[in-house]
Amino acid sequence: MIERRSLLLRAMALGAAAPLGGCNYEDPAHPDLADKFLHAMSAWNDRVQAALFDPHTLAPTFRPDQITRPPRFNAFYPIDQAPVVDEATYKLELGGQIQDKTPWSLQQLRALPQESQITRFVCVEGWRVIGQWSGVPLGRFLRQVGADTTCKYVSMKCADGYYSSIDMASALQPQTILALDFLGAPLTAPFGAPVRLRIPTKLGFKNPKSIIQIAVTNVYPGGYWEDQGYNWFSGS
Amino acid sequence: MSRRVIHPWPLRLTHWLNAVAMVIMIGSGWQIYNASPLFGFTFPFGLGQWLGAGIAWHLAGMWLLVLNGLIYVVWSLVSGHYKKLFPIRPREVWGDLRSALSLHLKHDKGVYNAVQKLLYAGVLLAGVVAVLSGLSIWKPVQLWFLCDLFGGYFIARYVHFFAMMGICLFILIHLLLVALVPKVLPPMITGGRLP
Repeated sequence: MIERRSLLLRAMALGAAAPLGGCNYEDPAHPDLADKFLHAMSAWNDRVQAALFDPHTLAPTFRPDQITRPPRFNAFYPIDQAPVVDEATYKLELGGQIQDKTPWSLQQLRALPQESQITRFVCVEGWRVIGQWSGVPLGRFLRQVGADTTCKYVSMKCADGYYSSIDMASALQPQTILALDFLGAPLTAPFGAPVRLRIPTKLGFKNPKSIIQIAVTNVYPGGYWEDQGYNWFSGS
Repeated sequence: MSRRVIHPWPLRLTHWLNAVAMVIMIGSGWQIYNASPLFGFTFPFGLGQWLGAGIAWHLAGMWLLVLNGLIYVVWSLVSGHYKKLFPIRPREVWGDLRSALSLHLKHDKGVYNAVQKLLYAGVLLAGVVAVLSGLSIWKPVQLWFLCDLFGGYFIARYVHFFAMMGICLFILIHLLLVALVPKVLPPMITGGRLP
């Protein structure tokens, strides 16, 4: 992580050096002027996107024949390194501003009402695929466990060390689901087994896979890519 | 001696701010394109060194591009500057293009010839298309009506790309013409004086 972060800062400084002729600090603790400027603009864009977000605007849905086959794998590691989680002993842990933090087994999650969707998954790189996911609406789940939905953030930690966070308004949008199934069958390891977030109102990297913990908080949790420079809100 | 300038200061200011915005937006746009190329090639360089920095520059630079562009449009309408761009008559474009290509086109200070009119109106249109298609790629869900206008997210990416290519073509011609007729450059900095 440390290496990646300094790589980012170096990259940003290099990018800034061309037009601004600026200095090139390599110490992550001391971001240069261009880094600070870009972070400030990214924070401003977070606020603009939160204001633009309409909880009643639904992401477009598609027909079954429009589903992308075969599905496209994407992660920060090759497909054979996807984490394999033991589904029999799996427990979804809860943290932060939640009343009932009793962990949830897969069977318990499957016993909740499920929602299915065929939606478009847009990657930050620009490509898009269409897939079918089904699972538990996150808003419904958060209310069931007594989460404080006046909090700002919902954060997620994953079995592969990945982590991310989303704003509460997007978490409560009806199409935001804790997906258990993909293309009509239980999720497989490369596609986020046993539980992943599917949020069609945000970019792909805001859809963490193999989630092992969900927390509700007012302290900005950041994310794996967000901490390296991707815009935090990244809403579609 | 006349006190009338060739290029009023709002035009010069927005021109140069737009030049900065163009470098940022096209440079970072190439970086973003390279992460998932639409065609069988990538750009040899891009602003920001990696995708995350490229996007950060692009989404910061868009504010300069759009705000500066709006200032230009409002000033142009209020001052009547836009009238210099119109009308664009095909017959005059053809005539001016022929004399320009044979290097016989006279340059009258402060007057746009028909080819200039077409190029300036064209690049303004490409700029509007680039901004609107860019917004629909950024916010295909919240700005769905805009995205639908361009035929959906997938096609909007191509529209955005070709709008950028159109602007690049304009910049190429623009710089070439300035190189051929260098006396037009100082007035864009100082304002110049109409004879």
